Amino acid sequence: MKIKSLNDYQALQAQLLQEQPQDQKKILVCCGTGCRAGGSLQIAEELDKRLQEQGIQQKVQVVVKKPGCQGMCEKGPLVWFMPQGIFYCCVKLSDIPEIIEKTIKKGEIMDRLLYKDPGTKQKVEHHHDIPFLSKQHRLILRNMGIIDPMDIRDYIRMGGYQTLIEVLTQARNPDSIIEEIEKSALRGRGGGGFPTGRKWRSCKKVPGPRYVVGNGDEGDPGAFMDRSLMEGDPHSVLEGMIIGAYAVDSHDGYIYVRHEYPLAVKHLTHAIEEAREYGLLGQNILGTNFSFDIHINRGGGAFVCGESTALMRSLEGKVGEPRAKYIHSTERGLFDKPTVLNNVETWANVPLIIKYGSAWFRKIGTEKSPGTKIFSLVGKVKNTGLIEVAMGTTLREIIFGLGGGIINDRPFKAVQTGGPSGGCLPASALDYSVDFDTLTTAGSMMGSGGMIVMDDRTCMVDVAKYFTHFLIEESCGKCLPCREGLPQLWNILNEISLGHGKVEDLDRIAELSQVIADSSLCALGTSSPNPVLSTLRYFKDEYLAHIVEKRCPAGVCKALVSYKIQDVCVGCGACIRACPVQAIIGERKKKHEIIQAKCIQCGSCYAVCKFNAIVTGPKVS
Amino acid sequence: MECVDATKLEQIFQRYPQNESSLIMVLQDIHDLFHFLPCDALTLAAEKLGVPLSRVFSVATFYKAFSLKPKGKTVVRVCMGTACHIRGAEQVLCEIERNLKIKRGDTTEDLGFTLETVNCVGACAMAPVVVVNEEYHRNVTPIEVPELLKREGEPHEN
Repeated sequence: MKIKSLNDYQALQAQLLQEQPQDQKKILVCCGTGCRAGGSLQIAEELDKRLQEQGIQQKVQVVVKKPGCQGMCEKGPLVWFMPQGIFYCCVKLSDIPEIIEKTIKKGEIMDRLLYKDPGTKQKVEHHHDIPFLSKQHRLILRNMGIIDPMDIRDYIRMGGYQTLIEVLTQARNPDSIIEEIEKSALRGRGGGGFPTGRKWRSCKKVPGPRYVVGNGDEGDPGAFMDRSLMEGDPHSVLEGMIIGAYAVDSHDGYIYVRHEYPLAVKHLTHAIEEAREYGLLGQNILGTNFSFDIHINRGGGAFVCGESTALMRSLEGKVGEPRAKYIHSTERGLFDKPTVLNNVETWANVPLIIKYGSAWFRKIGTEKSPGTKIFSLVGKVKNTGLIEVAMGTTLREIIFGLGGGIINDRPFKAVQTGGPSGGCLPASALDYSVDFDTLTTAGSMMGSGGMIVMDDRTCMVDVAKYFTHFLIEESCGKCLPCREGLPQLWNILNEISLGHGKVEDLDRIAELSQVIADSSLCALGTSSPNPVLSTLRYFKDEYLAHIVEKRCPAGVCKALVSYKIQDVCVGCGACIRACPVQAIIGERKKKHEIIQAKCIQCGSCYAVCKFNAIVTGPKVS
Repeated sequence: MECVDATKLEQIFQRYPQNESSLIMVLQDIHDLFHFLPCDALTLAAEKLGVPLSRVFSVATFYKAFSLKPKGKTVVRVCMGTACHIRGAEQVLCEIERNLKIKRGDTTEDLGFTLETVNCVGACAMAPVVVVNEEYHRNVTPIEVPELLKREGEPHEN
């Protein structure tokens, strides 16, 4: 059906809620990419099949849903029973008969599938009591894990598209929408933090046709906020883009999605088709004079295409090379026409701001960075996954509060934010608040929201080398400082990690980094030395340990490391099982030994030993 | 047109407006069909879309999603994102190289396996991640590698 008015919408919503009320018994089997890897699709299908076969579906009136990512990917597959809120982790296909018998038929809770808080070691029965979730401020993620992203009716049941329909049917003045976004001080969530309202305003000033673009080319390694959002709540992105298009008077929109995210492409494509069916996209939306449509473009697997000007070249079917920023995209963007390009998370903020007003939005977060931000908290932290917190939350609250601290309670060494353009912040920065300005001052940046936690077993020289290598591979090659400078930087870092470094290398690194930062064209080039500079700034002693003592304190750089088993070894055999080359020998319950000639320094034994019996030392020749 | 099926290519060209802005989408569909970009198909795409062949090649070699060489039956992609890196992706990759006796980026002689690295598949909470064909494998350790390769991407039971 095509919705033509607010009355139509309200009638539809009432009918949908009658068919499936909010307190309807539901079994939500998370079907985000993470849980799918654990077999959640098969679990959902099997559960649905068995409930139907056994006639339970009619008896207890329960529906099985396949929502998108909950954010707690590490504990997947996740199954959530509504409205009770019982929450199961690491569910297997073989658990299904017992789940049906106990939880679904009798309402009993199965202890072994409950979430165990890694800090308190307590089992948690209900979803809303899990600290990782209850400490969040979920605005953009409000529907995640609850609604089926492949069913527009679920989004409408939650009040979705109401804002858009009110805007259009009340013929709200487009300029007042831009003004509201300006007043909200919403800043671009893709990393740059440019004021969204100002971008819309300057685009509107230039004669059309105008384009709106959603940037879903989330290339930062260690970040998956946009993937989850596009997979789990695609309509919220569409609603934001349609409102934005109405405000700037655009009739054509594009969403550029990373090649590596096939599920996001599928869900967005389906969502667009559904929105067209309901008259929310296409010609004469809601029967008004406003027409707008959105196309999906898949990226080609190039990191640089996350940069706005490169992205637009790629949309035009060209090689994704950035251009100088003095030509503003809001004046000459896609196909040389005025273009508003925002990250998909920014777009998802728009309906909320228009619905609740800019004053409401500014109460959340800090004065200069209002609102919330989604982060992917990953690495050596106990609770890994997706989190949404108010801007201004400290790194300590995020890593130790929500994240529950470091795996195996090892010492915290650094947190990497901002992807390859960002930097590594040490323990002394833990009390910094997370907002656009504070992180930049500290030598890192907000970036799109990846937050990678590192412990004492992460080598900072190796991290710098890793990011530099990443950037060499992803440099588009257009300008020399980035194309040729980064390989030179990598060579120096590589020599250091091999134990051939000299103290003067550190000055050469600093000088070369400065040249690359000063003379590259695009933001990716100018920020490319950041990982090296920030590790050098905060972890210089680790560089010196490699250079002077020929030692890798974290035990990572293969050329400088050997492994040894100490007397505290209890002979549990875990290392023997983990070793891929059978280099470890020893009887059960007796101290084991590493045959150095066979050892390939893969570190598998070091990682699995629970008794800290394996230590690293300098390379044995 | 020896090795490529012209009718299937024609179907691809029909899906999009025949101009330069469709180039990447056309190449993606051709790649999905053959798992690489055959030379003949590129020549035909250049003609159909009215784009110089040099530019088609420039696009085909710029984007990582495209390969000009045929790929193996099983494509093993090791995620090298930051989260995977610090949780031991390099060790897993080395172990796969050792097992398949090829280096990253290469294909085995019998066209059985292609080993690729990818800069983050966005499944960071499950690091390290290895994607075998379209199947995601979570928390992979070096010791699991032989088993992983043996299964050749069959759907796995939890």
